[in-house]
Amino acid sequence: MKPVVIVEGRAVPLDRSDVDTDQIIPSDWLKRVERTGFGRGLFSEWRDDSNFVLNQAEYQGATIMLAGPRFGTGSSREHAVWALMDFGFTAIIAPSFGDIFKNNSSKQGLVTVQLGEDDVTALANLVKADPSTLVVIDVAAQTVEVPEHHWQRNFDIAPMTRERLMNGWDDIGLTLRHANEITVYEERTPHTRRSMPEIFDPRGHVNA
Amino acid sequence: MAPGKTLFKKIWDSHVVAAPDNEMTILYIDLHLIHEVTSPQAFEGLRIAGRGVRRPDRTLATADHNVPTDPPGTPILDPIARRQLEVLSENCEEFGITLFPMGHENQGIVHIIGPELGVTQPGMTIVCGDSHTSTHGAFGSLAFGIGTSEVEHVLATQTLPQQPAKTMAVNVTGVAPLGVTAKDIALAIIKKLGTGGGSGYVLEYRGDAITALSMEGRMTVCNMSIEAGARAGLVAVDDTTIEYLRGRPGVATGDEFEKVATQWRTYVSDIDAVFDAEINIDASTLSPFMTWGTNPSQVVAVNGTVPSPDDEETDSAREAAERALTYMDLAPGTPLRDVTVDIVFIGSCTNSRIEDLRAAAGVAHGKHVAENVRALVVPGSHRVKAQAESEGLDRIFLDAGFEWREPGCSMCLGMNPDQLKPGQRSASTSNRNFEGRQGRGGRTHLVSPAVAAATAIKGRFATPAEVLA
Ligand code: SF4
Repeated sequence: MKPVVIVEGRAVPLDRSDVDTDQIIPSDWLKRVERTGFGRGLFSEWRDDSNFVLNQAEYQGATIMLAGPRFGTGSSREHAVWALMDFGFTAIIAPSFGDIFKNNSSKQGLVTVQLGEDDVTALANLVKADPSTLVVIDVAAQTVEVPEHHWQRNFDIAPMTRERLMNGWDDIGLTLRHANEITVYEERTPHTRRSMPEIFDPRGHVNA
Repeated sequence: MAPGKTLFKKIWDSHVVAAPDNEMTILYIDLHLIHEVTSPQAFEGLRIAGRGVRRPDRTLATADHNVPTDPPGTPILDPIARRQLEVLSENCEEFGITLFPMGHENQGIVHIIGPELGVTQPGMTIVCGDSHTSTHGAFGSLAFGIGTSEVEHVLATQTLPQQPAKTMAVNVTGVAPLGVTAKDIALAIIKKLGTGGGSGYVLEYRGDAITALSMEGRMTVCNMSIEAGARAGLVAVDDTTIEYLRGRPGVATGDEFEKVATQWRTYVSDIDAVFDAEINIDASTLSPFMTWGTNPSQVVAVNGTVPSPDDEETDSAREAAERALTYMDLAPGTPLRDVTVDIVFIGSCTNSRIEDLRAAAGVAHGKHVAENVRALVVPGSHRVKAQAESEGLDRIFLDAGFEWREPGCSMCLGMNPDQLKPGQRSASTSNRNFEGRQGRGGRTHLVSPAVAAATAIKGRFATPAEVLA
């Protein structure tokens, strides 16, 4: 993962609440075995509508999405994060997020910023009045800023998520520094559960 | 004296591998379930990094999301779907993971097979790259859905970095009226909590209306925890749990079983345990429910009418309700019993266990599916299918004009051939009524198996009481 400290760009207001991951990337797209190319599927059902905000000329190239409450609820599909990033988004600002989506985002370096509903609305109004407005998210300072309007808000982020984003740390690498402790845990935990090879033969049938 | 521990805390504490300062806790994972859709990129990540699978003996794979439910031997026509199933087989072969491919006697929906094989057990930590992993919490195990990066993390390390959740006691008390099922209880809870109310919490379902449920019913309730925003749901271990597990392939036998069962019984919240939040639901006030909109908290009684957006309290809720009504093509005030359906789907990890099929068959017995309706019954696994056939349920469904299909996720999500066509309306026993969830432009109403069967027969939304009267 690449380190992310400051994200800046134009924003696009998605005036909807409860945008679930089935909307972000419909399940038809989940058959792929690659991690790339999901941008084409992003909001694919809504994008057929020429009025949909992502189709509007003034928002082309926007990299920050402004959304309503509970963005990214539902299915655990990380494909939603891959699709948003492949399309060009680097950050989502919303009043709240689905837990798994937020987690998946942090693993990929997609910044999720939680602001109050009124603040998101205020920001969206600034952007609608002038879609070329520059929005700056500073992960280190935990601020969202519209320099042109001297508009600034602070946001909360879990300290560990912030560190990981800013350093671009790979979670598996972090955990493997504790490989010894994993082995110790496995050795001291009484083995009351049968393992798969004890239950099933090599072809997956229950051992007689 | 220290206050008692919640069930969540007991499981959490016994799985802490390391709790480094200023870092997330590293939690050990006892069981990792995988399927074809969310795993290919994780295995690819392992290969790129030159890592292996730490505990293939604690990893179990099945094919479910993608598989067609046509008669055995029907080829998979979609080359991309076929490739995904092949990749799963190749990955399991390469890393030594037990796999139940399409058609295997143990194959089925991942959340159906874990419990029925007895590999899901009390006190465990269980993860799967699927949000309905919460289902397994019915066994007093901490089970939650993860993304593909986390799947890779578990494959490589058998652990996950986690922050402790808050706990919420969901007390469901009193006696549910006749015809009210676990699905109706689940819908009532989501209606009350909203789609975000459970966010950050592990829900522990408690009270006599929960303990009265079978394991199948408890799994239905835990399954839908995620629809209230919670990653996990829990039910304490009791005799029902232990008797369900006795004799299943994954559990010990004889004296060994009794010993393990004694340990399992400790997986309950202590009497003086303190929860971070609490909600109460009186089961005696419930009735058969259904969803009317495009998120699972938009719930009404089957005997009720389509609500008006004007009843919503906030602007954003009003707008969401208006959007939902437009998408669903419904007008406020319409009695739901006047709304006709095109498709009835009985299946999914929410409601495709034997008890669900018995409930639906009980309503369908000796009746016939209405002319305007196509009705599908899709057992959750080959084992459920075999059990149902041994009880003659397949005959009841076939005689009544239902289709009796092969196991899989089927019409729960639009990624295999079972899909709604644009504009079609379904009564579905699955868990998500999102726009397009069952196929592009499809309109989904979530219901219990008994309501689904009654609706198939009437051709419009109906309670079981109407059909059985
Ligand atoms: S049945 Fe539906 S919810 Fe359950 S695992 Fe399959 S797709 Fe997911």
